[in-house]
Amino acid sequence: MERPLTKNIRPDGKPLFIKEYESLGGYQSVKKALAMQPKEIQELVKKSNLKGRGGAGFNTGLKWSFVPMQGEFEHKYLVANGDEMEPGTFKDRLLIEGNPHQLIEGMIGTAFAIQADEGYIFIRGEYTYAAEVVAKALAEAYEAGYLGNNILKTGYKFNLHLHTSVGRYICGEETALLNSLEGKRANPRAKPPFPQVSGLFGQPTIVNNIETLCNIPHIINNGAEWFNGLSLTPGDGGTKIFGASGKVKKPGLWELPFGVTLRELLEEHAGGMRDGLKFKGCLPGGASTDFLVEQHLDIRMDYASVAAAGSRLGTGTMIVLDDKTCPVGMVLNLEHFFAQESCGFCTPCREGLPWTEKILQKIENGKGEMKDLDILQFHTKFMGPGNTFCALAPGAMAPLQSALKYFREDFELHIKEHKCSWK
Amino acid sequence: MAKIKINGKELEVDPNKNLLEASISAGFDVPYFCWHPKLGSIGSCRQCAVVKYRDENDKVGRVVMSCMEPASEGSIISTEAPQAKEFRANVIEALMTNHPHDCPVCDEGGECHLQDMTVMSGHTNRRFEFEKRTHNNQYLGPFINHEMNRCIQCYRCVRYYRDYAGGDDLNVFSSRNRVYFGRASEGVLESEFSGNLVEVCPTGVFTDKTLKKHHTRKWDLTTAPSICVHCSVGCNTIAGERYGTVRRIYSRYNEQVNGYFLCDRGRFGYEFVNSDQRITKYIIPGSTEGVSKSAAFDFISKSIKGKKVIGVGSPRASLETNFALKQFVGSENFSVGLSKRDYQLAKLAVDTLINGSVKSPSLKDVEKSESVFVLGEDVTQTAPMLALAIRQAIKNLVKPKADKAGIPQWNDAPVREIIQSAHGPLHIAAPVATRLDDVATTTYFSAPENIARLGYAVAHFINTKLVLPSGLTDEVKTLAEKIANDLLSSDKPLIVSGVHCKSSEVIKAASDVATALKSAGKSVSLSYTFEESNSVGVTMLDGKPLEELFDEAKSSKAGVLVIVENDLYRRLGKEKIDAYLSQFEQIIVLDHNETETTAKATVVLPVGTFSEADGTFINQEGRAQRFYQVFVPETDTPESWRRIAELGNATEKPFIENSFFDFTSSVANSLPQFKGIANIAPPPDFKVLGQKVARESIRYSGRTAMKANINIHELKPVNDIDSALSFTMEGYHGEAPSALTTSYWSPGWNSAQAINKYQIEVGGALHGGDPGLRLIEPTVDKESYFQTIPEAFKISAKGLTTVPVYRIFGSEELSTKSPAIIERSGNAFIGLHPADAKRAELKNDDKLEISIGGQLATVNVIIMNELAEGLAGVSAGYKGVNPEMSEVTFKK
Ligand SMILES: Cc1cc2nc3c(=O)[nH]c(=O)nc-3n(C[C@H](O)[C@H](O)[C@H](O)COP(=O)(O)O)c2cc1C
Ligand code: SF4
Ligand code: SF4
Ligand code: SF4
Ligand code: FES
Repeated sequence: MERPLTKNIRPDGKPLFIKEYESLGGYQSVKKALAMQPKEIQELVKKSNLKGRGGAGFNTGLKWSFVPMQGEFEHKYLVANGDEMEPGTFKDRLLIEGNPHQLIEGMIGTAFAIQADEGYIFIRGEYTYAAEVVAKALAEAYEAGYLGNNILKTGYKFNLHLHTSVGRYICGEETALLNSLEGKRANPRAKPPFPQVSGLFGQPTIVNNIETLCNIPHIINNGAEWFNGLSLTPGDGGTKIFGASGKVKKPGLWELPFGVTLRELLEEHAGGMRDGLKFKGCLPGGASTDFLVEQHLDIRMDYASVAAAGSRLGTGTMIVLDDKTCPVGMVLNLEHFFAQESCGFCTPCREGLPWTEKILQKIENGKGEMKDLDILQFHTKFMGPGNTFCALAPGAMAPLQSALKYFREDFELHIKEHKCSWK
Repeated sequence: MAKIKINGKELEVDPNKNLLEASISAGFDVPYFCWHPKLGSIGSCRQCAVVKYRDENDKVGRVVMSCMEPASEGSIISTEAPQAKEFRANVIEALMTNHPHDCPVCDEGGECHLQDMTVMSGHTNRRFEFEKRTHNNQYLGPFINHEMNRCIQCYRCVRYYRDYAGGDDLNVFSSRNRVYFGRASEGVLESEFSGNLVEVCPTGVFTDKTLKKHHTRKWDLTTAPSICVHCSVGCNTIAGERYGTVRRIYSRYNEQVNGYFLCDRGRFGYEFVNSDQRITKYIIPGSTEGVSKSAAFDFISKSIKGKKVIGVGSPRASLETNFALKQFVGSENFSVGLSKRDYQLAKLAVDTLINGSVKSPSLKDVEKSESVFVLGEDVTQTAPMLALAIRQAIKNLVKPKADKAGIPQWNDAPVREIIQSAHGPLHIAAPVATRLDDVATTTYFSAPENIARLGYAVAHFINTKLVLPSGLTDEVKTLAEKIANDLLSSDKPLIVSGVHCKSSEVIKAASDVATALKSAGKSVSLSYTFEESNSVGVTMLDGKPLEELFDEAKSSKAGVLVIVENDLYRRLGKEKIDAYLSQFEQIIVLDHNETETTAKATVVLPVGTFSEADGTFINQEGRAQRFYQVFVPETDTPESWRRIAELGNATEKPFIENSFFDFTSSVANSLPQFKGIANIAPPPDFKVLGQKVARESIRYSGRTAMKANINIHELKPVNDIDSALSFTMEGYHGEAPSALTTSYWSPGWNSAQAINKYQIEVGGALHGGDPGLRLIEPTVDKESYFQTIPEAFKISAKGLTTVPVYRIFGSEELSTKSPAIIERSGNAFIGLHPADAKRAELKNDDKLEISIGGQLATVNVIIMNELAEGLAGVSAGYKGVNPEMSEVTFKK
């Protein structure tokens, strides 16, 4: 089983710097890419069926193809989204800290494919170590001629900068990220226009997730067919860094082919539940995805299968809920997070999330009434897709609406017993 | 045009609009908050939800925000579909979770867009049962009150204040349900247009502090259409009164003039109407306590008899008043009330517009210009709303960038994103730094002579047959060439100048630039600013300058002087006016507020302000506009024209005119330059459904009680013989002809946003056309140039040369009798170039006694880096400062 993304990450977790990276075949794809036509690379990536690893799962090559290749632009931008504030998600951190040059290499290939001349790596504020590692790697890459105004003397210009976030979840939403990069409030932007047309400073821009970008060198080096072959699911190319947190025996991250089953992930890789605990459910792709429960353990972890089960693959890093943890408390914790992180731009999210949180708190405190469940249910619709300005609020409603569906009796128990029986 | 379907109704709409605009224009009620016709859409409030269907077969549809969807061909929407209605009610419910529901004590109550939208959305029951978040409020200066708890986070205020009006001291802070709209720290809002927040904010966060002092609900105000009296732009206003005092000024929509907005001088300068310096008594010699009207008139008719009477009119008095005075004293004995220099300047500018080939633009035209060259004006201080229009104009040249990217112009944030900070050319040449410099492409600060020379150089580079002033530096030549190129590379250049730097050469140079552009095939416009609300009117009426009238009076031994609404000490130096006035036996002054001139009068007759008078002003564009009496004062303060008629009737010169309509018709019929002004508003016998248009709302309260302490019987309402308006709630309350709009109201729309219902389409012209009549249109097609190039400015050996410096708050006469404006005016000042200041060992804020033509004034020193060496920028219109502005000397 191949693990292109993580195979070179050292077991001790120390970052791989340029010498070592080059000695393992690093930066080969840059030479290859610069000899190709930009459109050719776009086509290659499209065929590879690489889908965005930031959560939405959109075909990456297709996304790039919306960048105008004709016409005069002051700049075109490529932005790596390393905000990674989705609760339960820590895969990008591994990739950045373990192998920063793989990211830079992927960005050079991507930048060339869309003919971007400026790039930013946007990193979550709390990831200070990752930022240090990237800063060092960037300096090395400039030094080695992989970045700058004349890359490998081909005349191609791409300058790449590091930007650290001040720490807001909404900064991970790509258009809010762009506003934040411009020094503006991190409010999302209206789409259309999409960033590909009017992104950073109004110029054509591609925002890709860190993991997405890390795949690019391997696709350029080994081709689309090889990449498709890595996956067990036709149509979803490559491997995925899956992860698990919660009360499992071995929480962690594993690079695995698309299409492994949830059960395999949970039992083989995460080592199963801790002794004495039973699996109650999980959020398969981070906090903003719907719960999957026991009946779903045999589904395959790929975009379509998880969607068919009523959730989303999201970031592919699951949060596991056990039978000794209060589901109401868990959802309360999540909604507290989302309410804090709402950017405050649109009404349903700004007002609805704190309301939701307050009701959950009331139930958790044993003060809940049955009508509160109706109001919660109402909110899951009110903040549904299309009703809010961006996807934060619908994402926030995912764990709640599925908890109300699968764990309703637990909510009712709180109300009937006027207390949390897990405490 | 695009064919779309709203609620099953087929419509042809402009595809460049969004579906919210299309729906409202078609008469459907869709609630909204964040969208504003002038600010576009951002999609934040989610209040305007409708259901959109893919095609005719789609019976389910999906909820979309109508303000964020183009009205593109084939769109099918329902504003009434249950999902949409339910969602809209839920949005209100969500907004209300933090709103304090303090309508009974909220100044916005009764004209609150939030109240209206709440009712419209159908939300009634509150399910939220937790604590509300609260905020601290800020002190924002004398104009605006701040009550943040009422905020519904629509983001309109910051978008208006920053993006539209160019301010930067109001912002949104924090995030989630704690977002806060205010300043970084407490303090006076700096924008000259902050008052529009009152109307832009859909709820009671930003309210009018001057109204708050004597608060009255909208429905209890007696209101009438009025015209702002505080500069020559002539913004349309609605003035509201209760218990004999004017309580507030609101903007009155006129697409051609001020649109939805006003400047802060116009909005907050009204309190001179309620001033304790109001003149309410008849004063004759020997009586400072006042006499009866008949005693006063007895005295007048006796003392006038057989005497020669001369009259001084005023650029702040209505056309009818000036006309009446001119009739009363005779043309040869009438002065327009301006100094020789000021009259020449005004006349030059007016004549240039009348006889030239270039059009003077409406503010709407200004907004559509593509490149701008300002000569000699700090427009924000002298014609504020013109400056706001220029701010919009300079975005035009870059807007197509959005079109190219397929972004509709109403989609505000993406348009801004793609434009970034780019804007079309705005070149400013002025004596001192201006409040548009932040968006200027180039600025040039120098003496008026040099500004004119730059102007002539620009004209030369547009049309090389014109003379290039000799002795220009390379720098100025390069600048002139750049300005010329910028103006030539747009289709709609705009040249702005005016009388304020007191230089005829600047006015002429501006005209030459405009004419050269015209002959280069451009649709150029030329906008001159004037000092007062009716400067253009009185100039078109024609008369003598003060010096001429008074010098002639000396030889003709005129014994009686009648001055109407004019403080002569604001026109010429004190010594001169003192001497002039000393030659008369009787000085009869008609005014509404005490001035230095009324103090010199032998007879003072009280008259009404704009709020007690009907009249016509002609604005800087040449547009005749009607204003109406707001209320019947308890004081005896009739219109000045009526007072003059009384004077005439008390002497041998009785007037045939009796009512306002008689006067305005006389003006229109006897003077061709004013043809048509009688018809700019319906005549007094005009009726809708057999009724006059009511000044008071149907909900007006207390009418039987408010004067019960005086008389238990309700007094018979006064019949307004002058206009088609009634003084009470009796009358027509629906939409009247646009010139007669006393208030905006429509069922379900109690706030001013009811204006949607008065427009042909949202943001467009009013039904039946916007009120007012342009009296000045370019008639000739021939190019005519002045080409009178002045010598370059030379530093005078004798002292510093004065240039007047204007302040929006402080320079204008009437507004500076209003407490809120006084608070913002500051002291008189002298601006000095750093080198001149250093030489005189002066620093910022030093107190100084200056002498202009021997007249002393105490001023503060302001170091002005942009002011040219050898110039002194002296605060114009400030108390004590010699209005003649000749050479200045000072001692520390
Ligand atoms: C509230 C919110 C937070 C997000 N946070 C992240 C994030 O931290 N990292 C990320 O890559 N994408 C995040 N996304 C998704 C991005 O908007 C965007 O879809 C993604 O960066 C695109 O990259 P991809 O095509 O490579 O997946 C977030 C989206 C939302 C709505
Ligand atoms: S849903 Fe609305 S308030 Fe929430 S983060 Fe997105 S834009 Fe901001
Ligand atoms: S203060 Fe008023 S205008 Fe500003 S966001 Fe709040 S409600 Fe809207
Ligand atoms: S611009 Fe002039 S006319 Fe308009 S509101 Fe201001 S002072 Fe009044
Ligand atoms: S008016 Fe459409 S979202 Fe606010």
